[in-house]
Amino acid sequence: MADPMKIRANAMGDKVIVKVLMSHEMETGQRKDSAGKTIPAWFIQQVSATHNGKTVLNAQWGPAVSKNPFLEFRFSGGKAGDKVQVTWTDNKGEKRTDEATVG
Amino acid sequence: MNASRRNALKATGGASVLGLAAAAGLFVPGSAFAADWNKNAFEAKNLNDVVKALGGANATESKDITFVTAPDIAENGAVVPIAIQSKIAKTEAIAILVEKNPNALAASFEFPAGTEAFASTRVKMGQSSNVHALVKADGKYYYATKEVKVTLGGCGG
Repeated sequence: MADPMKIRANAMGDKVIVKVLMSHEMETGQRKDSAGKTIPAWFIQQVSATHNGKTVLNAQWGPAVSKNPFLEFRFSGGKAGDKVQVTWTDNKGEKRTDEATVG
Repeated sequence: MNASRRNALKATGGASVLGLAAAAGLFVPGSAFAADWNKNAFEAKNLNDVVKALGGANATESKDITFVTAPDIAENGAVVPIAIQSKIAKTEAIAILVEKNPNALAASFEFPAGTEAFASTRVKMGQSSNVHALVKADGKYYYATKEVKVTLGGCGG
């Protein structure tokens, strides 16, 4: 299974700024290996984030998102101590969820 | 050594929890969640096709969309930081498109109420190209364009 995400969530007033660093190969399916065979695509397709159980972000990604993807988003109505959860699903159906506490 | 063993243990533990959840019908593998991925949009070649694949008719250029981050010259096409903010009222979604990539659409973000119309990520660029920020607001589509020059390609490298 994939490595954990690094999630940092900081409250600024009423707003929460969330920064996520995921660990994923993000293979495009365009590259060829040394034998000339196409390396199959392998990338995160869906990302969703929840704040205390309520969805705050839904994203769909293609293979053009960089390897080990970075993501930043901001939502309001959060405060220190709240939980932010981020989930990704890749095109092989692999899934990973990590949680962070708003600081 | 120990750390990696610990991680491996943790990973298998996590997998079995997921397995149990799947068995309990909480997560159906390849569920509706994964099916939501808009294949047509991600295979579209240009801005207009992406808008059509997303269900819109056409996109209007707008000055209310800002590239908070987007380099004029990207040294490494594999990692081009792009951040987009929309000031258009009722912004529901923001998408990042790279015109000259094999498939234009790189990423799209949907914002439920309460989430700021802002998205930041890093994308790959095969060559110098226009980058479009596509915004869906109140059912209509708007876009802004910025040219990013790439000195080292990010695809096929």
